[in-house]
Amino acid sequence: MNLRKLALTASLGAFMLSAIASTSAVAATAKEQFFPVLVTRTGPIAPNATPWANGFIDYLKLVNTKGGINGVKTVFEECETGYATDRIVECYERLKGMHGGATAFQPLSTGGTFALTEKAPIDKIPLITAGYGRSESQNGAVFTWNFPLLGTYWVGSDVAIQYIAKKLGGVANLKGKKIALVYHDSPYGKEAIPVLEELSKKYGYSVQLLPVAAPGVEQKATWLQIRQNRPDFVLLSGWGVMNLTALREAQATGYPRDKMLGNWWSGAEPDVADVGEGAKGYSALTLQHGAERNSKVVKDILAALYAKGQGTGPKEDVGSVLYMRGVLSAMLGVEGVRKAQERYGKGKVMTGEQVRWGLENLDLDQKTLDAMGFAGVMRPVQTSCLDHMGSSWVRVHTWNGKNWEFPSQDWYQADANTLRPMVMLASGKYAEEKKLKPRTPEECNK
Amino acid sequence: MGFFLETLIGGLMAGMLYSLVALGFVLIFKASGVFNFAQGAMVLFAALAMARFAEWIPGWFGLEGSYLGTAAAFVVAGALMFVVAWLIERLVLRHLVNQEGATLLMATLGIAYVLEGIGSTLFGNDIYKIDVGMPKDPVFLFEEVFPGGLLINKEDFIAALIAAVLVGLLTLFFQKTTTGRALRAVADDHQAAQSIGIPLNRIWVIVWCVAGLVALVAGVIWGSKLGVQFSLSTVALRALPVVILGGLTSVPGAILGGLIIGVGEKLSEVYLGPMVGGGIEIWFAYVLALVVLLFRPQGLFGEKIIDRV
Repeated sequence: MNLRKLALTASLGAFMLSAIASTSAVAATAKEQFFPVLVTRTGPIAPNATPWANGFIDYLKLVNTKGGINGVKTVFEECETGYATDRIVECYERLKGMHGGATAFQPLSTGGTFALTEKAPIDKIPLITAGYGRSESQNGAVFTWNFPLLGTYWVGSDVAIQYIAKKLGGVANLKGKKIALVYHDSPYGKEAIPVLEELSKKYGYSVQLLPVAAPGVEQKATWLQIRQNRPDFVLLSGWGVMNLTALREAQATGYPRDKMLGNWWSGAEPDVADVGEGAKGYSALTLQHGAERNSKVVKDILAALYAKGQGTGPKEDVGSVLYMRGVLSAMLGVEGVRKAQERYGKGKVMTGEQVRWGLENLDLDQKTLDAMGFAGVMRPVQTSCLDHMGSSWVRVHTWNGKNWEFPSQDWYQADANTLRPMVMLASGKYAEEKKLKPRTPEECNK
Repeated sequence: MGFFLETLIGGLMAGMLYSLVALGFVLIFKASGVFNFAQGAMVLFAALAMARFAEWIPGWFGLEGSYLGTAAAFVVAGALMFVVAWLIERLVLRHLVNQEGATLLMATLGIAYVLEGIGSTLFGNDIYKIDVGMPKDPVFLFEEVFPGGLLINKEDFIAALIAAVLVGLLTLFFQKTTTGRALRAVADDHQAAQSIGIPLNRIWVIVWCVAGLVALVAGVIWGSKLGVQFSLSTVALRALPVVILGGLTSVPGAILGGLIIGVGEKLSEVYLGPMVGGGIEIWFAYVLALVVLLFRPQGLFGEKIIDRV
């Protein structure tokens, strides 16, 4: 046997041994709850989506350092989507059956959510879309596998109008005002429109709709129109580079940044850091949390992971806005499993169907949240079979030129009287279109 | 009237930047007959190199807060683009002499992906800043004539000026220098150019170096406006209707095409957009270019192709 053959045989032997060893390892750690992680670490969206992925994974690791979910360790697998809907679907198909089956999917894309909404019921896997996705999927009777936990774009639009009304001294002063919406020309960006139009009928303001083609690097014409029409406020529903460009153009056309309000995907560090002082005064809605570098959960992550060199991303990102959104998203999935275990057996691995029950019965009160390290980060969430959103707490943070800060401690909640009929109408239309029979409260308890 | 003028001026300034990127396409096509799909990736790669060197070099040599560091970063990024050009010629183009245009096009598509991948591996995937001291605030002129004044974006104005100077220099280079004439000879016929002693490989390295330099300037300008990030590679897509309109072989065509597209897309967005729901400027630029193709298939200034049968 010559040297080349010897090396080849040795490599083959080593590979087979390692394969056997890894199979044994899987068998030895069978009590694992699998969390697929759809990430966008490449392409134009990467600066925004990467901190989310790092926060998500760090939280899963943190849970393991604390003994897992009642002894069940979390295990995760990343799949790169590049923020492309086709690749999101491809990742979903690839991951759904791994490690005994996926707990839940979180696509971090409204387009992706639209695509997966029809697949999830077939595979019986919940879709958690915390702060994005289809607004009408709050109705759990129709969207039985979607969970737009914490809030939807409709919540955002309603709160944006409440915030503007407060700045103007009351809703009566909205009459005759001009509000422009600069939005990403995609299903995501368009989600804000129905509520703004509905409320305009009620309060008498006018809405100017200004779509921006993705990725949003060219907005000169948009901002010249804003300069011409001089709206009283500009709302921004952007994502990634679009936000930064909007702020640059606002500066270049002299539109006051303190009259601009972004939604919660338009108010993170990558959206403003490069503009720096030029974005000073710009505000954005936050879905409960903002940048939470002093929170207990962040301190726990730093101590348990980063101090030991086990953190997923750069240490300086820990606690940033989008990192925290990843942390919260992972936490909601983990708590869905924990709740499901209360019914189906503590210390057991839960199926997608069981996790759905857990997500439909979430009851995270303030005491529980505080104990988990989320004091000051978020307020209680309580879901039900028919309400898959659970809460609609929103705050507004403002960029001071260097950091996001909360100038006031006001918490807003969306007006259910406005949103509920819209949710019922839109979800009813969806059910009719897809020939779905909505679940009844009795069916929920089965 | 003031608003129309603002839109027009904004379009002209944007158009000048499109011309700059389009020039990268034209240069390489003129000299090698290759439609370089990697031009956008070159802009991104060059901007990433510039941004990261501007961050690293001051730290290495104690030049923090000084424009010397930025200047050094520009030189190093320029040198890197020359290395990239040399590698492209050495590893890709040299082996594809006399191949079909489609083969060369596909090769540049591959180069685009490789450059994007290597760029993000070497320099990272975040948003990086290029600060070359461009003013960000607007200036308002003729306030007594137009209510609210005539808005001029100082940054766009300076960027358009830089682009215009570079376009002028490159036109001179192509028309008046021996190397420029050799480049044009190579574009006409590879074999004929070789037979009269023009070193094809050297010419290709030169032209890719020049395109790399154009990409660097475009990257610095766009990077200073938008921050350096992956989306810069899509800037090249803005230049595609420009080369369709202006013709792939014409430097003046790239300039005029850029200005027409810049003005056309801004005016269409502002005046036609509201009638059809807005967001039309990107595809309207292509409509404009395709309409021209209906009447002049070679573009406004492209050479007429006559084949004997």
